[in-house]
Amino acid sequence: MAKLFEKLKGKSLVRQNIESDYVLETKDLGISFGGLKAAQNVNLKIKKNEIYGLIGPNGAGKTTIFNLLTGVYQPTFGTFYLNGEELRGYAQDKINHKGIARTFQNIRLFNNMTVVRNVMVGLQHQPEYKCTLVESLLRLPRHFKVEKAMRERAKELLDIFGLKDERNNLACNLPYGKQRKLEIARALATNPKLLLLDEPAAGMNPHETEDLMNTIKLIRDKFDMTVLLIEHDLKFVSGLCDRVTVLNFGTVLTEGTAQEALNHPDVIKAYIGN
Amino acid sequence: MKFVKHYLNYTVIGAFTIIFAILSLTGNLSASYAYLFEKVAISIILAVSLGLVVGFLGELSLGHASFMCVGAYLGGKVAQVIADAMGISGSDNFLILILSLVIGAACAALCGFVIGLPALRLRGDYLAIVTLAFGEIVRVIFTNAESFGGAQGMGTPRFDRKYLFVIGFLLVLVTLAVIQNLLRSKHGRAITAIRDNEIAAKATGINVTKYKLVVFTLSSAFAGIAGVLYSYANFNIQPSKFGYNYSIEILVMVVLGGMGSINGSIIAAALITYLNTKLPLILTGDLAVLQNLFYALILIALVIYNNAPALKGFREKYNLKNFWNKIFKPKHDPSKIRDDAARWDVVPTKIEMNEVLSTDIVIDNMGDNSADIGERGGNK
Repeated sequence: MAKLFEKLKGKSLVRQNIESDYVLETKDLGISFGGLKAAQNVNLKIKKNEIYGLIGPNGAGKTTIFNLLTGVYQPTFGTFYLNGEELRGYAQDKINHKGIARTFQNIRLFNNMTVVRNVMVGLQHQPEYKCTLVESLLRLPRHFKVEKAMRERAKELLDIFGLKDERNNLACNLPYGKQRKLEIARALATNPKLLLLDEPAAGMNPHETEDLMNTIKLIRDKFDMTVLLIEHDLKFVSGLCDRVTVLNFGTVLTEGTAQEALNHPDVIKAYIGN
Repeated sequence: MKFVKHYLNYTVIGAFTIIFAILSLTGNLSASYAYLFEKVAISIILAVSLGLVVGFLGELSLGHASFMCVGAYLGGKVAQVIADAMGISGSDNFLILILSLVIGAACAALCGFVIGLPALRLRGDYLAIVTLAFGEIVRVIFTNAESFGGAQGMGTPRFDRKYLFVIGFLLVLVTLAVIQNLLRSKHGRAITAIRDNEIAAKATGINVTKYKLVVFTLSSAFAGIAGVLYSYANFNIQPSKFGYNYSIEILVMVVLGGMGSINGSIIAAALITYLNTKLPLILTGDLAVLQNLFYALILIALVIYNNAPALKGFREKYNLKNFWNKIFKPKHDPSKIRDDAARWDVVPTKIEMNEVLSTDIVIDNMGDNSADIGERGGNK
């Protein structure tokens, strides 16, 4: 069925896998909306276990890059590889299954569901929790086994983020900082290879930001995770990111360690002006 | 307690069926009540299956009666043809009834699938318009199809009124079992996730198209079953019965019961069907016009009651939940943590259109915690 859909769409895409030492590698990635090139020639190379920052003034195309990497938009130019596997042209859910999970700039939780259920939705596609529709409808033993296992795993994940005691509250009733954490927990539940965080510290006070920095470091060490994040808070970026790429008007200004990049004259010019 | 919570509706409907089945078999139930119960069973199946689409998937479908129409006509017709070929009467034959139920469900499900394939790519109002149009198309086709009796309607096989409502309520139990089992599984969680936030659901790896199609097909199949029951409960079926008004009537049941509440849909379906049968007896003569005003009044009253700010205090003070808590759970402590504490079927639903339709709206970082260099660019 899925193959038929792809044929109907007329996208007989030929994907080529490459040998790559990087978790994420983009090659001349870009998109144009009509005449507007929202992003062009973006080359990112992210090593395993790295926390990588993507910064730039508003409208620089950071979220566009995220949308390209997660399949919301299809790239007009270039392509990208996850562990050497080309992912261009896949739908959003497929890309998630391949190993890229994201959070959103404005929080998008399943508001009318409890906290634990939010995380359990993230666990859906894991092979160890496989349970077909028929098995669920007939309530065969596997249904109960899978439900219990998912709940336990979700509780473990929530425990890491300190949300275990709130697991039966509705997600919309959580305070802002905890909603952010829950969104990260839900993304992690999909067992990604690369985690994309879109402004994780937006709207947080310094104390919460500090807390979030520790959480992200913890995630990297505990889950052996690679993180790509967008952030405006430059203290946060310089304290956390191993390397950063600075974007402006859809193109890469510079890349390097946080200090190098932030002291680059072009970057200062882009942010403050002449 | 957990048993009561999870199996309350099965128990109540099962007990109801057994009591009235005994009454009916001993000859103590009048035919008019048996007919009323048939109609109640049909309404419950329709309301619960539409509730799955509207309340849990969050898509507005205005063509539910047309799937019922397809089930009624094709299920009835095919069963009749087969009965004729075998040289037996289609009426009062249990096997033929089962056969027509299966065929009716299958035909309606196929229609649901074919309509859902393109329509579920649309959102909100557009899906409503497509299903509305489909309803009209089906009605017009059957009005003009001579082999189905045209506008005069098609004669249908009959079934003994003593047993038909029992079969109807057994089918209600089947519907409830399938839909509740679906919603209580991981697949049900995926469906409610799609309703709550489609964009996030996609990003979390849920195959949105697949789940939407499954739900739409399943819901149509049950509408088909209700259609076959309807054709057995009446002497003949006319296409004009399955018009737009009937779809709206089903939607009213779902909205009245509370979107995303199965038990609510059941109660509302029973109530509206009862009123529907009784109102024509009360409102006679000039007052008969008011019958059609009835649904509109219910919908308007509900929308005002649920949304008017002036009524907020009233709602919080006098709602059924408080009443229930006062009687049954006097020492309920909401902060107490329990597994499975949240009721799976009663979730407050409010589909916000702008939330559904908007893509990523850029929310500016307020800049109170930005450091070193000003974050908002001075790009001249």
